[in-house]
Formats: sequence, C-alpha cells, structure tokens
Amino acid sequence: MTEFAGWQLPLLYTGIAEEHRRTREGAGLFDISHMGRIELRGDDAGPLLQRVCTRRIDDQQVGQSRYSHVCNEQGGILDDVIVSRYADRWLMVCNAANRLRILAWLEEHAAGRRVTIQDRTESTMMVALQGPQALAVAERRLPMPVRDIGRYRFVTGEYLFFSYTVFRSGYTGEDGLEIILPASLGAMAAGFLGELLEAGVTPAGLGARDTLRLEAGMPLYGHELTEAVDPISAGQGWCVDLTRDFIGVQALRRVADQGPARRLVGLELEGRRIARQGAVVRLGERPVGQVTSGTLSPTLDRSIAMAYVDAALAVEETALCVDLGGRPTPAKVVRLPFYRRK
Amino acid sequence: MNTPPADRKYTTTHEWVRVDGDLVTIGITAFAAAELTDITYVELPAAGTRVQAGRPFGEIESVKATGELVSAVGGEVVEANSALAEEPGLVNSDPYGRGWMIRVRAEDLGPCDTLMDAAAYEAMLAGGR
Repeated sequence: MTEFAGWQLPLLYTGIAEEHRRTREGAGLFDISHMGRIELRGDDAGPLLQRVCTRRIDDQQVGQSRYSHVCNEQGGILDDVIVSRYADRWLMVCNAANRLRILAWLEEHAAGRRVTIQDRTESTMMVALQGPQALAVAERRLPMPVRDIGRYRFVTGEYLFFSYTVFRSGYTGEDGLEIILPASLGAMAAGFLGELLEAGVTPAGLGARDTLRLEAGMPLYGHELTEAVDPISAGQGWCVDLTRDFIGVQALRRVADQGPARRLVGLELEGRRIARQGAVVRLGERPVGQVTSGTLSPTLDRSIAMAYVDAALAVEETALCVDLGGRPTPAKVVRLPFYRRK
Repeated sequence: MNTPPADRKYTTTHEWVRVDGDLVTIGITAFAAAELTDITYVELPAAGTRVQAGRPFGEIESVKATGELVSAVGGEVVEANSALAEEPGLVNSDPYGRGWMIRVRAEDLGPCDTLMDAAAYEAMLAGGR
C-alpha cells in the first residue's frame, strides 16, 4: 500500500509488469475510488460546465461522457476531467489530488447561478475493469446491463436496492468499463468483485495503472499536465473548442495563433534505463526539454518516456539525448501513443 | 526464503555482506528488492574496479525507483554478476543466491565488524527502518 493524494492505495498486488501484461491480454481490475466524483444539478449546471470546461458541453447528450480540461484564466490546466450527462444531473470525475481545488473552482464560478454542487466521492466507490476480456467477463458475471454501451457512453439504473453507473471508458488504452456503486454496498460489492476475480480478472494497482496509461500515451496530471502548461502544448488541443467562450479561451487562442513554444512528445530511449520526471532532454549539449514520465514498457520491452521539447524538435525521428544517471542516453522522438490496441 | 540468512551480515542500507577469507560478496536483501518491486536494471562495476567502504559501487533501477548500491568494504572488484544484465529479476526472485552483485577482495575487513547480524537486521526492519 502507498499513500496517494491522501488515500491509501495498493501500488501492486503481485507485480507491476505482471498486472500490466494481464490487463493487456485479459482483464485487470483497478480500484479508482480515490478519484473525485462531483455532481452538479440545476438549470445552470450545464452552463457552468460550459464556462469552466475547454470542451463543448452544450450539445452533449444524456448518456454521453466527454474528456475535457479545466483551465485558469491564463490557460494553465487546473485538471483534466470526464464530464458525463445524466437525465437529471451532470457528473464530473476529476483527479484525486485536484478534487478540493476543482470543487472550490466550481463553487466560485457557481456564485449567483442556479446550481447545486455535491461531492459524491466518499459516498461512492469506483472500479475500472480494463482489457480485451473486460466486456465479456462483465457481461457474464455482473447483473448490470453492460452489453451495447458505446465508447464514451454510459448506462445508469437500479439493481435491487442500489443505483449504479457503468461507463465504457478507461485509462489504459484497452477497451473496458468504469463502474460507480454506492460505497455503502459492502458485502454485495465484495461479491461483484469476487465474481470478477473468480472469472480470472487480475487485481491491478497504481503501478500498473501508470505503465498502462503511459504506453497508451495518456497524460497524467502532475506530470504532463500542470497549471504551468496549456492543453495545446500538451497535445490535447482536440478537447479545446476555441470557437466558444470559456475560462482561459483568450490565452489559448494566443497559443494556437503563435504556436506553442514547447510540445509534448513521446521518446524511445536506447538501453533499459528508465527516464524519470525532470530528466533533462538535450540536443547535443543544449537543454531542449524535460521528461514528464518514463518507464520500461512491458509491452514494447523498451524504455519509453513523455517529455516537453522545443516545438521545432517535436518531429518524429528527431534524435535527442536524455540525461540518465548523469550520462546522456540517445533517444528518438516517436508519435504517441506508444501502444495501440488492435 | 526471504528471511535474512544467518551466514552473513547486513548494512543499514539493506545490503547483505558475506565474508569468505578476504573475499566479500555483496547483494541486497529481500526487503530492499520487494520495496523496489520489479527490478529492470542493475549497474555494476567491471572486474578490476576499486570500490571504497561506505561509498556507492553501482545503481539499481526498478519501475518504481532508482537506488544506489553501497559497498561495505574497500578493495578491488574480483567479479560482478554478469547474469543480472540479462535477468535483473534474479534480484527479486533470489536476492540471497543467484541475485548476488559483486565479489570484492577486501583490503580491510574492519568495516564488517560494525555490521548487523541477521537478528539485528530483522529487528531494524521490525522497528520501522
């Protein structure tokens, strides 16, 4: 167990690489209850989300989930979130470390509007079931109707005496589901999890969660995404709708017009040493960037990293070096993601 | 398997040290290997390199972290475990056996006198490091 954003979470169960492989080949089960789950209700809930999210919200349908960034006035990223539209409310799922800050940000911008904001994090639990077998196992072993949920869509309903939500989304690069249940379920929730484990699903911890998302080229707040960085430089311009008015749009339009000074890239390094956050990236002797995340990829069996580099160098095949253990290690720029499921 | 063997001594930095005459074999303990989780790389000095008592002789890397390896004694490296280049995981699976790291011809065994025995090392672990 390890401390993470104020929660005790398992770093691993049997081994990071093993949990990683089993998720890619079968199905892995992750407890992601630590993530913030914030509900918004009222006529102004949608408009509030429109104001704080970089992504277009007003045409989002009931049953749909969208990935978005939340930025400050300078276009710096406060968090990356998933916004889901229910019939009677909205749900924002945010990073555990940013939950209180996002709640405060929503409250601040909700002032005078007809919206109520409720933090549902501690009254619910959330698990992710990810992998090529995930959907099949869920269909066989869980009572919720999981068949036919589209990607980035969800279903919600009641089973016996409790309500559930099942999303078809994830943070691993595999197909899969994320499930919200009441935290008070206790033995019944343990029963569901037991069914999944019995079906051969591998329990997986934070370590594998990180190596999986890194292979899939997905950014992590606190590494690729911070308040010092904007969504466009982070390669997430696709979730920014510059035609609308939202907090930070002016600053982001300037970045889009001038082009970002640095861009997030993937790096494949020679050798088997791991690049850590903060490692300097060089072109010859000259520092041109910094690593944000790195690992030894279990799937590709090589050292991979994500880094911000000078925009002119953010081109596939560019030959750079990363300072590892005080020594320069050759690395080349590659397209993200490193891994794509079939 | 993971109990610190009684035939060697232990450092506060979680290396084990086995003395055979003036030859000293060094590795890391099962506790240290478990803390690191899957070890991906072990950097060891070549035979002939001089090491110093209390100073680092190499690095060990896992998905989770990079750590220094410290030599308890000073002297010349007689042999480094070449199997770890291909199979760094041996340190996880067999830290006291096939996961050994270097063999040093010690010029002075004095530093070994202050090392912990297995019971003292276990007590240190129980006391929360």
